[in-house]
Amino acid sequence: VRVHELVLAESALKLALSAAGAARVFRIGLRVGTLSGVDPEALRFALTCVTHGTAAEEAAIDIETVAAVGRCASCVREFALEADAFLQCPACGRPFAELRGGRELELSRVEFSACHDDSELSPSK
Amino acid sequence: MTTPNSPRPSDPVTIVDVRDPADAPPSPPGDPVRVETRVVELHARLLDANDRQAELNRERFARLGIRALNFVSAPGAGKTTLLGRTLDTLAADVRCAVLVGDLETDHDARRLRRADVPVVQITTGGTCHLDATMVARGLDALDLDGVHLLFIENVGNLVCPASFDLGENRRVTLLSCAEGEDKPLKYPPLFTSAHAVLLNKIDVAAALGFDRGEAVANIHRAAPQAEVFELSARTGEGCDAWLRYLRAML
Repeated sequence: VRVHELVLAESALKLALSAAGAARVFRIGLRVGTLSGVDPEALRFALTCVTHGTAAEEAAIDIETVAAVGRCASCVREFALEADAFLQCPACGRPFAELRGGRELELSRVEFSACHDDSELSPSK
Repeated sequence: MTTPNSPRPSDPVTIVDVRDPADAPPSPPGDPVRVETRVVELHARLLDANDRQAELNRERFARLGIRALNFVSAPGAGKTTLLGRTLDTLAADVRCAVLVGDLETDHDARRLRRADVPVVQITTGGTCHLDATMVARGLDALDLDGVHLLFIENVGNLVCPASFDLGENRRVTLLSCAEGEDKPLKYPPLFTSAHAVLLNKIDVAAALGFDRGEAVANIHRAAPQAEVFELSARTGEGCDAWLRYLRAML
């Protein structure tokens, strides 16, 4: 069964390779919201599969988890959505108006080696 | 004091190099290549391609005067039974069409076949969700002439379909009384993104010891934005409010 993390890993790889040009990618950074529906470890595993045989084959994978943030309708406060106070304002107990964060699914950083062949420079300067 | 012409150790020495460059010893392999690290910081959304196709689907629906609903739930929550009952009541006076996504088989599509209701099956071949491109291809195969309501039955899965916008106008999440009351808290993404949540199989809730009150409270906590309907797609109990919701979309 193809899990959706695999589709997302393919998308991340494509974006990373295009950011790096033809260079070797050695680090890929991703941001994954806790309400994105994506399991970070499944995404990491999928990435190690899809990068195989590409310029990102040996890339380290950093996944930053982004906590869900709600904004309260009543007191206009922003707060982290915790499991035990789920989707309610911890200050006034009312449901939040808006999800401000937590659905992120993005490629945030690509580190790659830019190689310059210096051999055309004369050793005599 | 030193004389003006006496050289100091710090004075630069002029060197005239008369060696032939070709005589220079070869550099060790890899030496002339300077490796430099480049870092690109970006905010490239992984779902960008899907979201762009979803937007095209949404424009297509708007152009054709179609309202589209994306039905998501765990397997066995009753999506197909609900759609069957909905079509039986609604299709007499509202032209409907159905896209059914499944891993394998066309059982659901055959169950949903009705006179004057075009149905197309999307076999995902193992993919755990529908995406916007699959829906676009399904639309190409569907007779959309005069259709006002399009029902998209997603692959039964309470996790994966949450990430994929299909271009729908409404996302409808089903939860059945045969599941746990705490599902909305355990699988929040499909609830936080729902326009409507349907608690199905209320006819068997008591027999299963299912606490409807607790389930509805959990739905409201996870999906305060959603309209909530308690119904039984099998017996028809509670379906009137649901059908009114659909008619109000037209």
